[in-house]
Amino acid sequence: MESFLSEFVPWLLSVKLAHFLIVSAILFSLGIYGIVTRRNAILVLMGIELVLNAANINFIAFSRYGGVNLDGQAAAIFVIILAASEAAIALAIVLNIYHRFQTVNIDDVSNLKE
Amino acid sequence: MELFDVVFYVFAFITVVSAFIVVFSRNIIYAAFSLLFTFFGVAGLYVLLNADFLAVTQILIYVGGILVLLLFGVMLTSNVINVDIKTGTIQTVPALVLVAIVAGSLSGLFYSTWKDVSAPETSVVTTTPALGKMLMTTYLLPFEIASVVLLVALIGATFIARRST
Repeated sequence: MESFLSEFVPWLLSVKLAHFLIVSAILFSLGIYGIVTRRNAILVLMGIELVLNAANINFIAFSRYGGVNLDGQAAAIFVIILAASEAAIALAIVLNIYHRFQTVNIDDVSNLKE
Repeated sequence: MELFDVVFYVFAFITVVSAFIVVFSRNIIYAAFSLLFTFFGVAGLYVLLNADFLAVTQILIYVGGILVLLLFGVMLTSNVINVDIKTGTIQTVPALVLVAIVAGSLSGLFYSTWKDVSAPETSVVTTTPALGKMLMTTYLLPFEIASVVLLVALIGATFIARRST
């Protein structure tokens, strides 16, 4: 434990690749928590956005620390594009659900047919 | 502890704390507005990682586009007059256990595997020209597919969201 702490505290103070990865792991876990526990469809969407941002941090961190190429950043651009179109489609669906069922509680809209 | 480390911890703190508020706040409006700070914090992390173009794109698309869309969704689907803007949660305890296991194992994995990887020296000052060239050469096909996907998403969203007459 002593040796672990004497190694861990100086590691915390100089930022390296793992710091960014751990931030993205925390963000990913929070997003999963939001997706699993929220009952409002829009808050589930916010959880999905958190997960996508965590993935993007990973892409860009590996692109920076893994060498001098920009492939990770190109992948991150496509993630952002898909996140934008996903948000547009999902909100259109949520609005439609609200018009039909007068609620966006995803537990109440589990039937396939009226 | 250099300036880089201090700035990293400032942005990481903003990101993580506001993400906590997004996930745990019982008020949808608070959650939506703290998502704004999460996106800004992530954009700051991108700047630290030499991704200037992506940081600006993050702010333009996430804050200017997706967050505004989400706020529109909140406004259009919540019963603001009855102050029915609070929201419930389900299965919090199993979810907390699961998420704690996921976060702990991922962090432990990252720490044990990549704790000593430090940044290589780079002379890249701005990434925008290089990224533009990549999108037009190496990633031309994904770029075109992405444009078609955006078009389809636009048409599909307007088609789904309009009131059927």
